[in-house]
Amino acid sequence: MDRWRHTHHSVLWALSAVAIGAALFLVFLVAPREAVMGDVQRIFYFHVPAAWVGYLALFVSFAASLLYLLRRESRWDRLALCSAEIGLVFITQGIITGSFWAKATWGVWWTWEPRLTTSAVLWAIYASYLTLRRAMDEQDRRARVAAVYSILGFVAVPINFMAIRWWRTVHPLVFEGGGSNLSPAMLRVLISSIVAFTLFYLTVLSFRLRLEWAHEQVEQLGYR
Amino acid sequence: MNFFAKVWTLVLKDLSLEKRSREMLSSMSIFALLVVLVFSFSFDLRVEEVSGVAPGVVWVAISFAGMLGLARSFVLERDQGCLDGLLLCPVDRSLLYLGKMLSNLLFISLTELVVLPLCFALFNLTFHLLLLPILLLGTIGFSAVGTIVSAMTVHARAREVMLPILLFPLVLPALIAAVKLTGGVLDGQPWGEIRNWMELLVGFDVIFMVISYLAFEYVIEE
Repeated sequence: MDRWRHTHHSVLWALSAVAIGAALFLVFLVAPREAVMGDVQRIFYFHVPAAWVGYLALFVSFAASLLYLLRRESRWDRLALCSAEIGLVFITQGIITGSFWAKATWGVWWTWEPRLTTSAVLWAIYASYLTLRRAMDEQDRRARVAAVYSILGFVAVPINFMAIRWWRTVHPLVFEGGGSNLSPAMLRVLISSIVAFTLFYLTVLSFRLRLEWAHEQVEQLGYR
Repeated sequence: MNFFAKVWTLVLKDLSLEKRSREMLSSMSIFALLVVLVFSFSFDLRVEEVSGVAPGVVWVAISFAGMLGLARSFVLERDQGCLDGLLLCPVDRSLLYLGKMLSNLLFISLTELVVLPLCFALFNLTFHLLLLPILLLGTIGFSAVGTIVSAMTVHARAREVMLPILLFPLVLPALIAAVKLTGGVLDGQPWGEIRNWMELLVGFDVIFMVISYLAFEYVIEE
């Protein structure tokens, strides 16, 4: 079992290292220079994948929370926690890269339009979720209450995703009606970057799960 | 007893408790009045058109005072061991949520009755009948989320701090919609322009009431 874990960590590591290298090469050397915005537009290849992984990680956390309430197995609680932590990091990255890009193209770091507003709310919800987990000691109760909070909080994720589709806004829309508004060359780079980010998420998640598992073992032994 | 009678009994329990102690309503109202006064002083010195900030002041006062009530809502039960008694009641646990939510809704609405006249006087506003459904829907959203979050924090460390931290991110959409609607009505905007905020608010109320109703038994389970 342990040996298997070890190899699968190494494989994930290697895969995501190769994918990140390839994606960086494509983003900076292959992707065409955007006609209006210039090189600044390349932040797009970090901004969109970060948001995508953020959504994915928060969805995994939501699904794991539901499964915990139904099955009551602590591994689902661990998955919910670890994935939410990583999701928060990537949402933060999405907000920060978006803010740089906004400064370059809109001229401001921040504006209260629907996508940005809902992103701020989303960030606050998951920051609170992690705070809640730290404020409860009893493992079983913490897992239950946190799972309910995670389910309540996840409502914000689809709203955040749909914000630029429901309301008029300055935030650009890349994918709509099954197609994309990108040139094929840009789309290829974007997809490779999304693959790299997703592999990186899986790598970090598997390490974080292992760490949390070890943490629980130590706690059960009473060595804390 | 049917469904409604059971819920009503739970609400009556909270009401008679309040009738005897007179703790919650008086402290909530006084606090809300103080919030409005503080805002009135601090904005009067800086802002040209004070009535422009009135919708925000109204909703901040309501949510701060509401939080005081919510903080007491379940702690009160726990301190005297009533929570165990409630859990032993031969009713569906989701009904406990509805009962608590209704009594919180009632307390916050009564607080609004006290504080709104002061707001109208200090910020020189004119009353509009449309404000009533907006206030009601906003308060429903606030107490729908507030009740379940209040139950969550009962067993947390530093629960006085945890309640606002957990509650505000979740109710922000309802607060934004309520402030927009209140402002729109006070400014006399046509209904068509603010209608989508109403849809957002109603949607928020329905979604969070349903999820909280279904999830409450997991929170309160011993």
